[in-house]
Parts: sequence; C-alpha cells; structure tokens
Amino acid sequence: MNKEETITKLKEIIKPYINNVEAFENLTEATDFIVDLNINSANLIDIMLDLEDAFVIDIENQDMEKMLDVKAALEIIEIKLANK
Amino acid sequence: MKQEIIEKLPYSKPFLFVDELISINENGVIGTFTFKDDLEFYKGHFKEKPITPGVILTEVMAQIGLVCLGIYLLNNQLSQNNSIALTSTNIDFLKPVLPNEKVVVISEKIYFRFGKLKCKVIMKNENEEVVCRGEIAGICV
Repeated sequence: MNKEETITKLKEIIKPYINNVEAFENLTEATDFIVDLNINSANLIDIMLDLEDAFVIDIENQDMEKMLDVKAALEIIEIKLANK
Repeated sequence: MKQEIIEKLPYSKPFLFVDELISINENGVIGTFTFKDDLEFYKGHFKEKPITPGVILTEVMAQIGLVCLGIYLLNNQLSQNNSIALTSTNIDFLKPVLPNEKVVVISEKIYFRFGKLKCKVIMKNENEEVVCRGEIAGICV
C-alpha cells in the first residue's frame, strides 16, 4: 500500500468524526486531528479502533499518544504494516 | 466487592441511581434501581402525571452499566485524581417507567480501550419487558 492509498483509507475512517469540513477537504500531513479537524478526544479513540480493523494492526497506548496529526498517524501505520 | 464498587461511585443522593449490583465481571454488569415515588423530578415530569424522564433512565443505565463496570475494570483505581465523563449515548426508549418501579440494567462491554469504555446496555422492568436499550460510552481522564 502506497502513501496515497493509506491517506485515502485514513480519510474515509476519520470522515464521520470531523467537525471542520474545510480543514478535512484541505487535509495535509500537517493536519492535526483535534486542533484542525475538531475531532473530540473520545472519537479519536474510535478512530484508533477503526484504524486497527481497517489496516489489521494493533495500536498501543504509546502509539495513540503520538498519533495526533496525519503525519504521525501515517508513520505509525506504515511501521505497523511493515512489522506484520 | 459489589458493595465496595457502589461506595466508590462519585455520586450521592439525590443523584445516586444504583441500589444493588447483582453480578459484575470483566465483560459486563447487572444492577438494579427502584424509582421511589418521592423522587424530586416526579413533581414536574409531568405536571400531575409522574413518569420517569428519559434522561434519568439514561443516567441509571450509565451509572450501573458504565461507571460501575468502569470502576471494576480500572481495578478500583478510580481516585480523587481522575474524573469520568460521559462521551456518547444512543438510546431507544420503548416503554414508560412509573414511580415505584424497580428496573434491572444489563450491560455488556463492547470495548475498553485507551481509557474509553463503550457498552451495550438494556433496562428491563419487573415484567422482564425491555424499557430502553442502546449504547453508552464514557472516558476516564
């Protein structure tokens, strides 16, 4: 899976939880889930669980603490997929 | 153990809505509450026609189904330093609950991850009829 495919899949997963459509449409690697997309922290946990299912990976507490923006999420997903 | 959990609940009268826990384990909890007819909200909901408000039914489901189970899952680590917050509810209300009715709340854990607990919760009356059901989630911060 290349980066574009991963971003597409990630966007599908976060879409139900976003509260800023403009920031979502203009999403970049620098987009912060909470600050830019106004996703609440309880829903961020749902996103983590959806990512686990979609990519068939296990996300640990310390991973989640880092996954606050698109860039960090992509990096962690990539590492998890590589280690499968 | 069950009594200890009730004592650890961060509620008191008039907002404690747990009488008894019948069973509790890592997958779920069953508990009861009786709506005494002198509860304050019956005076106004509705005028001259007391019916338990849906928000109160939701609170009963949350206190038994989510908070009691959360305390159990946290291994009684809920202390003065952390607090709990309700994050989402999605409940269908099927039958009215009148003063002096006793209800049973049955909660099944969907997941407990990253400090968030989500449960499938149903409430039954003494005739074993489902009065409301849905999903409730909360976090410990």
